[in-house]
Amino acid sequence: MSFLAIQHLHKSFGGLHAVNDVSFALAAGEIKALIGPNGAGKTTLLNLLSGNILPDAGEVIFLGKPIQGLKPFQIARRGMARTFQNIKLFPEMTALENVMVGRHMRSRSGVWSGAGNLPWTWKEEAGIRRKSLELMEFMGIAEHAGTEAASLAFGQQRAVEFARALALEPDLLLLDEPAAGLNIYETAELAKLIRKVRDRGITILLVEHDMSLVMDISDSIVVLSFGRRIAEGNPLEIQNNPEVIQIYLGEDDA
Amino acid sequence: MQFCLCHGGLVFFMTPELFLQYLFAGVTYGLIYAIVAIGFNIIYNTTGIINFAQGEFVMLGGMTAISLHHYLPLPLAIAAAVAITMVIGALIEMVFIRWLHNPSILRMIIITIGLSILIREGALHIWGEGVRALPYFNGNEITSIVVLGVGVSPQVFWVLGVCGLMVAALYLFFKFVPLGLVMRACAANRVAATLCGVSTKNMVTFSFVLSAGIGAMAGCVVSPITYSQYDGGTNLAIKGFTVAILGGLGNSMAAVAAGLLLGIIEAFSISVVPLAFQDAIAIGILLIILFIRPHGLFGNRSAAMLKEF
Repeated sequence: MSFLAIQHLHKSFGGLHAVNDVSFALAAGEIKALIGPNGAGKTTLLNLLSGNILPDAGEVIFLGKPIQGLKPFQIARRGMARTFQNIKLFPEMTALENVMVGRHMRSRSGVWSGAGNLPWTWKEEAGIRRKSLELMEFMGIAEHAGTEAASLAFGQQRAVEFARALALEPDLLLLDEPAAGLNIYETAELAKLIRKVRDRGITILLVEHDMSLVMDISDSIVVLSFGRRIAEGNPLEIQNNPEVIQIYLGEDDA
Repeated sequence: MQFCLCHGGLVFFMTPELFLQYLFAGVTYGLIYAIVAIGFNIIYNTTGIINFAQGEFVMLGGMTAISLHHYLPLPLAIAAAVAITMVIGALIEMVFIRWLHNPSILRMIIITIGLSILIREGALHIWGEGVRALPYFNGNEITSIVVLGVGVSPQVFWVLGVCGLMVAALYLFFKFVPLGLVMRACAANRVAATLCGVSTKNMVTFSFVLSAGIGAMAGCVVSPITYSQYDGGTNLAIKGFTVAILGGLGNSMAAVAAGLLLGIIEAFSISVVPLAFQDAIAIGILLIILFIRPHGLFGNRSAAMLKEF
């Protein structure tokens, strides 16, 4: 049984086959990258996995159970967290509060008993706060805990979103272009961070345009083009795959 | 709407005692308006809709408590009335709102207007047109506590205390309690909240329950002063809506300031214009605000432009 199996997944928008009969699998503990030219269907595929859009056909088996058709919050509760290409934080809340929202569903007493100000929920709240701060320390942004998310720098916002996703204690983390907008130095830091997250036992599926990052950290790579899976393999195989070279560099020598 | 402290007619000069009388009256009403406005805001924040049945929650709380008080002691009757109104709030959301798939904001608002009429007519059938009231929590109509030389009904302090406590509790709830944080998260970015494992539909139900609860509580505590009647909610909804707009939609703490402002303006207005014009003042303020500062006194113009409604 594989950790995550995507089988014959299909999604079209009008006449456009955004994701066309795509199948691949993830093994537990690996870092897998999803690459392809713009419009290849990478983000659509992530949205299908996290339940933000529903597939027309195909199956997604996560930890042995089909998850296609479930609501995003149900999929999140089964252990799949994600970040976004365009960061989606809760702008008017502090960085710490953002992370705490990710943490709430791991709390023992659950959301509903948290409605009353009962002594054990106060203790629980303190636990959520402590754990969230730990994660922010792990991400290196603890000193910004009390800052409103909207007023943080771009890279820091990305780190908050990352921490919030980790707060769910996911088994699988989907990262949508985490290096977008980062400079070379920040990207190198990100690579270290992604490895550190994997070392915590979290499997990672990464959509990324930065090829140096992808080749550096990925255990295996899936290449999409016009919604179809055209290649899969380790970084070396992908770099030497004639079809991949062709879609990235064009027919003739560039 | 009659207030026991007001003298009616025109008053051309004001003694310090009279000033304080008006001030107490204004603050009392102001806090009730603020509670209704916070009810609007809680639901607005999680759904983007204005629940025009908000005033009916206040009416239902008062009327239910009055009926239950025939069988139960006052505190129990109030607690039960609040609980029943919360259940009604949950049912309204689950029956009329929850199952709609991507409804337009306008459609949901019209549903709430329909609901407010439905609840009002239902109340008319159950309770009739009669004006009722809960007994004063302490003493009776003529009991008064002297504050700075003026007699104030103890019920006024009940209203101040209970509404003040509710505002403080809500502030702490949204700031520190995990469920409060999750509700704010839903308001800020629904897509991100759902990916954090939050069921936004449950949060919407809960926002109706919370709004119904605070509305009903306000309806009980104010009933001895303002009396309860089947159609009492309409007027409160208009005032509460004015206050919510005045403070800036969605901003509950600003609603408290705006509520006190409207309450005090109304109370003092009767010294210059006849009592009958009191409601016209609220509507007048609403119109002026909508024309010149639609994002509210404390709101942010650019943030307001991003909102759907």
